[in-house]
Amino acid sequence: MSTIVMPVPDAEVIERKDQIVAALCAALPAETVISDAFETRAYECDALTAYRCPPLAVVLPRTTEEVAIALKICHDMGVNVVPRGAGTSLAGGSLPTADSVIIGTARLRDTLEIDYDNRFIRVQTGVTNLSVTGTVEEDGFFYAPDPSSQLACAIAGNIAMNSGGAHCLKYGVTTNNLLGVRMVLVTGEIVTLGGAHMDAPGLDLLGVICGSEGQLAIVTEATLRILPKPEGARPVMIGFDDAEVAGDCVARIIKSGVLPVAIEYMDRPCIRVVENYAKAGYPLCEALLIVEVEGSEAEIADQLDRITALAEPLGPVEIRVSKSAEESAAIWKGRKSAFGAMGQINDYMCLDGTVPVSALQFTLKRIGELAIEHQMEVANVFHAGDGNMHPLILFDANKPGDLERAEAFGAAILGVCVDVGGCLTGEHGVGIEKRDLMIRQFSPDDLEAQMQVKDVFDPHWILNPAKVFPLAASAARRQRQH
Amino acid sequence: MTAPLTPDSEDALCDVVRAAAAAATPLRIVGGGTRSGIGRPVAAATPVSTAGLSGVTLYEPGAMTLIAKAGTPLAEIEALLATERQYLAFEPMDHRPLLGSNGTPTVGGVVSANVSGPRRLRAGACRDFLLGLRFVDGHGRLVKNGGRVMKNVTGLDLGKLLCGAYGTLGIVTEVALKTLPRPERAATLVFDGLTDAQAVALFCKALGTPFEVSGAAFVDGRALLRIEGLTDQVGYRIDRLTQLLERPDRTVIKGADHTRLWDDVRDVRTFADSTGSVWRLSVKATDAPAITSALQQSLGAQTVLDWGGGLIWARLPQDAPAAAGAHIRQILAPLGGHATLIRAGADLRAETDVFQPEPAPLAGLSAGLRARFDPQNILNPGLMAV
Ligand SMILES: Cc1cc2nc3c(=O)[nH]c(=O)nc-3n(C[C@H](O)[C@H](O)[C@H](O)COP(=O)(O)OP(=O)(O)OC[C@H]3O[C@@H](n4cnc5c(N)ncnc54)[C@H](O)[C@@H]3O)c2cc1C
Repeated sequence: MSTIVMPVPDAEVIERKDQIVAALCAALPAETVISDAFETRAYECDALTAYRCPPLAVVLPRTTEEVAIALKICHDMGVNVVPRGAGTSLAGGSLPTADSVIIGTARLRDTLEIDYDNRFIRVQTGVTNLSVTGTVEEDGFFYAPDPSSQLACAIAGNIAMNSGGAHCLKYGVTTNNLLGVRMVLVTGEIVTLGGAHMDAPGLDLLGVICGSEGQLAIVTEATLRILPKPEGARPVMIGFDDAEVAGDCVARIIKSGVLPVAIEYMDRPCIRVVENYAKAGYPLCEALLIVEVEGSEAEIADQLDRITALAEPLGPVEIRVSKSAEESAAIWKGRKSAFGAMGQINDYMCLDGTVPVSALQFTLKRIGELAIEHQMEVANVFHAGDGNMHPLILFDANKPGDLERAEAFGAAILGVCVDVGGCLTGEHGVGIEKRDLMIRQFSPDDLEAQMQVKDVFDPHWILNPAKVFPLAASAARRQRQH
Repeated sequence: MTAPLTPDSEDALCDVVRAAAAAATPLRIVGGGTRSGIGRPVAAATPVSTAGLSGVTLYEPGAMTLIAKAGTPLAEIEALLATERQYLAFEPMDHRPLLGSNGTPTVGGVVSANVSGPRRLRAGACRDFLLGLRFVDGHGRLVKNGGRVMKNVTGLDLGKLLCGAYGTLGIVTEVALKTLPRPERAATLVFDGLTDAQAVALFCKALGTPFEVSGAAFVDGRALLRIEGLTDQVGYRIDRLTQLLERPDRTVIKGADHTRLWDDVRDVRTFADSTGSVWRLSVKATDAPAITSALQQSLGAQTVLDWGGGLIWARLPQDAPAAAGAHIRQILAPLGGHATLIRAGADLRAETDVFQPEPAPLAGLSAGLRARFDPQNILNPGLMAV
């Protein structure tokens, strides 16, 4: 059915299931090991639900030391390991294989240290993204990266995917807010990188761990930078009847020196669906921008004045400046419910290629043309300030062949992103989804250099194999495994 | 000294490295040469210069993106950005005053040494602004990583590895950097007569406010808090901070003096034209007072704090014992953080661990990476690790 293939599971490993589970159970508390075929089904997929496969077993350790024990056993027995956070990856990053053991962070949920003087928090990586902010909020602090999935996704997955969010235009993505980790190497050794200080002593290993999609180590603790909450924040909503002008408006705002925390963009198909669902009162136009700024009341007013002054000469169909918390919520309501709204009416595939801001209009135009060519519908909602597109391709999972057509359309869109100087993925990661498209963006030498890094951390390629790198490119390495 | 090889294209550089790898000839990589005094001395090696790879290849202010070849003088980039009222927000330090070096800093050198300045505290380090790069590894292969866009998680982030690797994993040929709008206005609150402990306490308090302090340094007994932003914002924030810190006795510096003030902090001017070795310690800010006091007492060190206390510059007296480095690391051991020897004669650098020794498993990973990227050990061999 679907076009993304996974390697044939190793029958010899599956054969040894009882032995492997017995070794894990002997070394770990009984309740941390799940091997019942019914229960492991709960872990058969992540948010890329078209692909499913229950793992051999699941281990949910409560401490770093237990992670180390589990990983060492799998390593010594030649069993592949799929690290898992909350399983919200949209790229199939935490998709198991039948011959793999999942090591999950679900029980690693402690806050270990809060330090307001030095502005950091140290947590076990199973805590959710939102709960980090929840822990420090009353004291006037927050954790900046805010993926839309923040209620569910774990810091573990955020680190592995280098996740971003609406506010990263100002605050950066996970890698810019991660000070240190404690992690387990495939050998079971526990190491610490970074900490409360601000830079690396030698090679920046932390920098390559962040965004490594579970390829290099299992991260069990994280030291995260927290920031004092801004005095306030307010958005302005600007609608245009011309996508090109909207793109121009984004560039003008950025160039002007005002640095908004977020510039979000929705196109007509998206506005239509969102309006039906959330009744946010958006004008039905070609392009809608939501621009949010922060500061004191006077600072906010100053910045919003500057933005509206830039937008007005461009002839927008509407400018709506929020004047209260309620109005702000109303403006954000539609944007925040975009994915949910889309999910109500259709199955959708969410891409996240990034393009240079200067190529936004061209890319949107090409996506429109490709939609006609592929006879598919697409809605666009994305982080315009940093060019991180989110085309949502609508399809019907129950209709034979539709997923494949959506995937082909998606690949064509990502090809355009790469061609205009952008990349395949801005925040969701490569996973299995974009694995075989990597050759669109990277030369064999580029990929070889990346795979060499994996060779160093994971010489036998037991951690999340068959992800990130094109299957053909990694074949030799995966085969020499055992 | 032999004249450096000066390849004028990436292909030519690949040829140079391939030939060197085949003959196992060590190469010493030279950008502007202003930071060549950092690291363990590289044993007899053929110099390779990036001077032939120079020029800005793309600048899009509306996308906050600049791409430049590695040998491009930093000054050229800064001048270009200034025409659009933008800048490199990580405020790269100029090492010439401190090291007494000559030459012209290049952007490739800035990236290879991950050079940042006081604004690192708020904006991030050089590595945080690096969108992508191209480099030639020790096999003589041209590798690209990252790209030119703001958000990119496609594949492993080798840019972070190369940034701060001092050329030991590859010779950087081109970098893409994120630029930012320059603040419209800036001013600094100055507090006199504080101890290190009082200064750090003041910094913690100020940095815990939403007023986006973009510099917090303690130099020559004066604590400095820098505020930057839109025109009206700066005055407001200065007032609010003054109230909150309950220090009406503060003074305010702005205008031309202000730029010079922070250039001096950035370049650690206090230790320019002085003798003795200079160490750079990266620590948890609130540990700084205990560390500086230990450094002062046991080694007679003179210290400067930046990054709200998170960065300590320590100058040791000329007659400090050769084992001073080991002693500094003993002071840090129970607290965490690390120390790098930034300024010293070649002899001392040859016999001291210039970079903080790593615990065995991490040293193993670093060595493994070097062995993959530079199997013949020809790229600045020994500079970071023996
Ligand atoms: C509705 C929706 C909205 C989303 N919005 C955003 C968004 O705005 N921005 C964004 O960036 N992402 C977004 N995502 C994607 C997803 O939420 C992120 O990628 C998230 O960081 C994944 O976290 P997780 O804990 O669910 O990780 P998982 O899905 O469990 O795993 C993700 C990857 O991390 C690896 N991993 C997990 N734990 C560890 C560990 N301990 N050590 C090493 N590797 C590990 C896995 O192997 C896998 O490769 C969205 C997803 C959904 C479903």
